[in-house]
Amino acid sequence: MNRPIRVLIAKPGLDGHDRGALTLAMGLRDEGMEVIYTGVRQTVENIVRTCSQEYVDVLGLSLLSGGHNYYFPKIIDLLKEKGLGHILVLAGGIIPNEDRESLKAKGVKEIFGPGSTISDIANYIRENVRGEDS
Amino acid sequence: MKQDIDKLIAGALSGEENSLSCLLAMVENDDTSASRILNAISPSLGKAYRIGITGSPGSGKSTLIDKLVGIMRGKGLTVGVICVDPSSPVTGGAVLGDRIRMEQHYSDDGVFIRSMASRGSYGGISKAVGVSVALFDAFGKDVIIVETVGIGQEGIDITRIVDTTLLVLAPGWGDSMQLMKAGILEVADIIAINKADLGADELADSIRDILTLSSRKSVPPVIQTQALNNIGIEDLYHELENQRGKHHHNEKNGR
Repeated sequence: MNRPIRVLIAKPGLDGHDRGALTLAMGLRDEGMEVIYTGVRQTVENIVRTCSQEYVDVLGLSLLSGGHNYYFPKIIDLLKEKGLGHILVLAGGIIPNEDRESLKAKGVKEIFGPGSTISDIANYIRENVRGEDS
Repeated sequence: MKQDIDKLIAGALSGEENSLSCLLAMVENDDTSASRILNAISPSLGKAYRIGITGSPGSGKSTLIDKLVGIMRGKGLTVGVICVDPSSPVTGGAVLGDRIRMEQHYSDDGVFIRSMASRGSYGGISKAVGVSVALFDAFGKDVIIVETVGIGQEGIDITRIVDTTLLVLAPGWGDSMQLMKAGILEVADIIAINKADLGADELADSIRDILTLSSRKSVPPVIQTQALNNIGIEDLYHELENQRGKHHHNEKNGR
């Protein structure tokens, strides 16, 4: 069955800049995905609980404040703890090059910074999400 | 999605949100699973109060739900919320944006919010909503709220799967000609005029006037609310409780 891929776009921590997150939400909608957006300034716990309630395939984390090394690993750890380790975690926003490898080692599957295109992100998602029933 | 339905049902009964969430996804994605799940839970249905909330886009349905859930939680009731937003007729994609109005409940264990896309249904809800409501009922939610896609006139599917239908309008919605038209106005149990600070008296009067002339047995209560300012929400909640009483009364009378 060809069910739509479900994506949660989330903004953890103290960062109110969500133009990129909103652009991506609409872009992935146009790519045929069902996209949920948490709103800004979310806690680790709220993001993980939303992942559970919304049964998403993908979690896209957006952060421009510099807090990524703190928040992203915490979110990934809690996802695993809650039995949601199968969710594909992607990151975007302002992530300095020197932080990319450590974030990937901690479970961020790919990082899409400024200049990434919607179709790159959508194609990556389609290639890496295996529909359980498709 | 090969997980055993019985195991998921047992998990959901013991309060595992992941299991309930997976069952909801099965209901959405696969009709055969949906009927099997419905069969399995059918003995435990009928306890919850099911409320449908419908109305035009931007009238404030999600914000009203946010405030109503606050009151319900204050009374110790657990709540399941299903929010339906439209799927693109072009790509099948959707932005499911209702949850964002209900942020204060994200961390509350007594509230489960699930967003659904309409996936080609045009009656204001999706095919999966009926069984999804049953799932929340079977797993012990005291109240289940379904928010439809923003609709105008004809989306009345919701009325078939809930006990009470609340229609949300906003000032500027239309004149008496609009109120005379067939559709949702004939079947709504309660009408809320939200954003009442923009001037709702005229619309409220017109609704009462026009619906008095209609063939409806009674004119539904018309409540003015300002969801953002938390005004009129208690009145609306009491009216929902009144309707629940009526519903149960009618059931006893074999309606």
